[in-house]
Amino acid sequence: MGIAIAQVFNQIPILTIIYMMPLIAVISMFLIPGTNQKAVKVVSLVFSVISFILALMLFFAYDFNKGGMQFVEHHIWAAQLGINYFMGVNGINVVLVLLTGIIITAGILASWDVNNRPKEFFILLLTLTTGVFGVFMTYNLFLFFLFYEIAVLPMYLLIGIWGTGPKEYSAMKLTLYLMVGSALILAGILGIYFASGMHTFDFDVLEKVAFDRNFQIIFFPILFVGFGILAALWPFHTWSPDGHASAPTAVSMLHAGVLMKLGAYGCLVVAVWLLPEGAKFWFPTIAILTLVNIVYGSLAAVAQRDLKFIVAYSSVSHMGIVLLGIASGNSIAFSGAVLQMFSHGIMTGLFFGLVGMTYGRTHTRIITEMRGLAKNMPVLAVFFVLTGLCSLGLPGFSGFVAEITVFLGAFKAFPILAIIAITGIVFTAFYVLRVVQIVFFGPKDPHFDNLKDANKIEITALALLMFFIIAVGVYPFYMMKVIHSSVLPIALKLGGM
Amino acid sequence: MDTISMLGLITAALPILAFIIIVAFTKKYRLTSALVSITAVAISFSLSCYMLYQQIIAPGLHSFNIPWMYIGSLELNMGVMINQLTTIMLFVVTLVSMLVQIYSMGYMHDDEGFSKFFSFLSLFTFSMLGIVISNNLMQIYIFWELVGVCSYLLIGFWYTKPEASDAAKKAFIVNRVGDFGFLLGILLLTFRAGTFDFIKVIAFVQSGAIEPGMMTIIALLLFCGAVGKSAQFPLHVWLPDAMEGPTPVSALIHAATMVAAGVFMVARLYAIFSMSQDAMHVIAYIGGFTSIFAATIALVQKDIKRILAFSTLSQLGYMILALGAGGYTAGMFHLTTHAFFKALLFLGAGSVIHAVHTNDIWQTGGLHKKMPITSITMLIATLAIAGIFPLAGFWSKDEILVTLHDSGNTLLYYTAIITAFMTAFYMFRLYIVTFLGEQGHHSEHAHESPLTMTIPLMILAVFSIFAGLVGIPGQEINISKFIFFSESAGSHAESMNMGIAVTSSIVALSGIALAFIVYFFKFIKAESLKKISGPIYTLLENKYYIDEIYMFFIKNVFFVITEALKWFDRNVVDGAVNLVAFLTRWGGNKLRRTTTGSVQTYALVIFSGMIIAIIAFAIYDPEALKLLGRP
Repeated sequence: MGIAIAQVFNQIPILTIIYMMPLIAVISMFLIPGTNQKAVKVVSLVFSVISFILALMLFFAYDFNKGGMQFVEHHIWAAQLGINYFMGVNGINVVLVLLTGIIITAGILASWDVNNRPKEFFILLLTLTTGVFGVFMTYNLFLFFLFYEIAVLPMYLLIGIWGTGPKEYSAMKLTLYLMVGSALILAGILGIYFASGMHTFDFDVLEKVAFDRNFQIIFFPILFVGFGILAALWPFHTWSPDGHASAPTAVSMLHAGVLMKLGAYGCLVVAVWLLPEGAKFWFPTIAILTLVNIVYGSLAAVAQRDLKFIVAYSSVSHMGIVLLGIASGNSIAFSGAVLQMFSHGIMTGLFFGLVGMTYGRTHTRIITEMRGLAKNMPVLAVFFVLTGLCSLGLPGFSGFVAEITVFLGAFKAFPILAIIAITGIVFTAFYVLRVVQIVFFGPKDPHFDNLKDANKIEITALALLMFFIIAVGVYPFYMMKVIHSSVLPIALKLGGM
Repeated sequence: MDTISMLGLITAALPILAFIIIVAFTKKYRLTSALVSITAVAISFSLSCYMLYQQIIAPGLHSFNIPWMYIGSLELNMGVMINQLTTIMLFVVTLVSMLVQIYSMGYMHDDEGFSKFFSFLSLFTFSMLGIVISNNLMQIYIFWELVGVCSYLLIGFWYTKPEASDAAKKAFIVNRVGDFGFLLGILLLTFRAGTFDFIKVIAFVQSGAIEPGMMTIIALLLFCGAVGKSAQFPLHVWLPDAMEGPTPVSALIHAATMVAAGVFMVARLYAIFSMSQDAMHVIAYIGGFTSIFAATIALVQKDIKRILAFSTLSQLGYMILALGAGGYTAGMFHLTTHAFFKALLFLGAGSVIHAVHTNDIWQTGGLHKKMPITSITMLIATLAIAGIFPLAGFWSKDEILVTLHDSGNTLLYYTAIITAFMTAFYMFRLYIVTFLGEQGHHSEHAHESPLTMTIPLMILAVFSIFAGLVGIPGQEINISKFIFFSESAGSHAESMNMGIAVTSSIVALSGIALAFIVYFFKFIKAESLKKISGPIYTLLENKYYIDEIYMFFIKNVFFVITEALKWFDRNVVDGAVNLVAFLTRWGGNKLRRTTTGSVQTYALVIFSGMIIAIIAFAIYDPEALKLLGRP
């Protein structure tokens, strides 16, 4: 099956088609009157679903025995500057492209009740998606940066206009913070461009350049922190709670689900892969920071009262596991890190979706103001409990597989740090079960008697996400093969397995 | 893949199939759900019987792997491993599961979550069987966690009850603490051995490749898992609270099977534990301490299920003690017999609660006439747990005492003897107060439970009577010939140690006698005992205040830390971010003044700048001034 699909996909510019889908939706939306809300939503959904299905097919079409970059599209663009239209996927990207497809589809379903300027909302949301797809597909650093900016900027408007609470403050904070990251990334990319002397932004060429060690040691942290900000690397994570708390549901889902992964992806693929000597020099330091992420994030989550803050700190903690995997520098830890990106992306998408749906009904996100909701909204409660169980690393869900793999790899590299990181599993259980107990269990509160359970559209969104975390959790064999085929070269370049 | 290991896989897979069928299709049809679940476990039980029989006539190891995840050279498999230990455990788990499920049809009859209950029980059975058939460390950890979550779901089954949801959360978190150690142990071991596979890991360990200090650390970390799951001190606190769950759950999970998983795990990895004598000592002392510690608490409790819960703690301590003292066979034998009579006790207690709607033994009484089947079966179980000849408990307890005696550790031997005395006393206290004596005011409308509930009681009673007979030394069919760690270790049970058998019988009988004196004949008033013991009584009644101590730490240390971090994050880390923003804005505001747009101001600034420059040059470098005059 996979081979048949691959044959077809090799004949067509499949990657361009996938990332163009949201863009086509955007363009066609200009032709739809804004008053026709239904049409806007349907168009968004249809094109997202197409990109999702194509991404899924792409995932299965990827040949993990061959590994490396596949479905390549390379066209000379601005040759003098080395800017080329260069798209391709390896085992890492193909998983993240799939993740993007899943999250955007679920995100659009979860935004079905957006009634304030829906046309503009969906246009921005889909533009953002195009950017994310682009980042995960391109192998030209210039295009990479371009797509990156396309992905980050719409966030400002999405939060500033459709957000809640202190939305202007949050939008400004988040955008400025990420812009600082962008500035560092740009500096890093230009540094690599000039230091290589190859006059190209093409990744495959740059990857073969052996940069001077001192150059690597100086530029690695610039790039890593630049991307790390987006991945909520401690102490550059504080945009996340504020940003998520104010963002509308779908934006939180996309942001935590996909954009944070974009940061981690940059850390691994741009920073580590291109500058391995710098990476080796800085890994111990970064590993300690990620440990702070994991433990501090989960402890801080225990003390939070606002559901979105809890999920945001939980993300800080879980992204710490991704970054720890990257900083461990071996193929096992890298595999775990990538799988954790996928797993956390979906899980946090579920969490933010669920929080949004709960908030839409109870009009409060303060956990102590809710109780016994399981009686009123059993379906939402079941999904919440399942997501919580995934979050605390229960076997059977993808989170477990990813975390255990990272721990195995981290244990090889930094045994003591790994042991401290594993304490996170206890604290995570603590805050997850506490929230479940306070919000969903306990006696029924008459105050919430007229709340309705999830509707069909919401259930579809949740079930779509849940399917993937369980599928990967029960049988991780396939996805792990795909991922491992492509993290191996990075690990080999670092001089290990 | 041979037939036996294939059957092992099917045995474990049937209950998860039942779970999926119930969740996906039959949730609305209560009876169908129950039947699906029971049919699945009944088939599993038959297969287990067959495998047990096969192992008896032809012992051997059957094993195979299903690839689950390969990360480069690291292989993770889901596998099956069938040997004697596996089959005896499969037999116990499927039998008790089946009986408990049949019982639940009666007990949960009016519950609105009837189907859900059966789906959870199936899920639990699957997870438990997954532990039993595991052939590698990662798999056992995976299923270990899954039974943990089933326990969480079932304790919290009546989640609207705050006590139940509290207890569920507590159970999971306390277990997580133990699992943290377990996972570290697994990682350390795998890191050294390079594989998860039991047989390969054990071969590696036995080759002496791990230095003794490290071996002790690894063994103790692995044991942490058992401390959590088998509720040993100091992680025992979750088990008594777990009694908030429905009683069939208490019988199945929190008495007969899941809590025995810790004991089973120690037995399964016995080769690893036995490599470190230090670790074995720690294990023995923790087991011994838990057994006597829990027994003292059980003396004064008044909730029927809590008495049984503390009794479970105590008996699990007994098994752990036996394993730690080198009694591999004894520990597993006691696990087996205990599963039958403890499940029976809990189901009997459930039958009582079902009839009288209270857990307080002092509000019941004289139930023997109203509920004869429950009463007689309970009596059998009580005699069995007290260790009365020739019931099941007598033989397994005797085996443990012999082991302890032979190990030469007098302290542990007498701990076990005293515990046996207390066990006989508090169990008969429970029995006398509940079934004999005058009627309590909740007993009036009590009536015998339906057949779905009493038949499982009767079956378990049969096992409680006869299961011990395989422990009679010197006969052809003997447990020590079936379950043994090494050929030499199984030999000591060849002949019976009459001295110990008589001692333990006297101890048990005197415990029973004392219970009759106090609670039946009332020669000594229970109240006066309470008065004499004063503060000790209060201490026991409050379970040595261990829960309070933990709560104190959580409230005054853990929450203080988390609140401090929350503050730190908002005010220091984020404060720094806002400070940067503030400085930028402030700087901008100040510098804004410079951009007035007025040409005169600019000219003035330029002019004054020039003057200052000239003066500066004049002072520091007069030579430079000459340049100004140059044409």
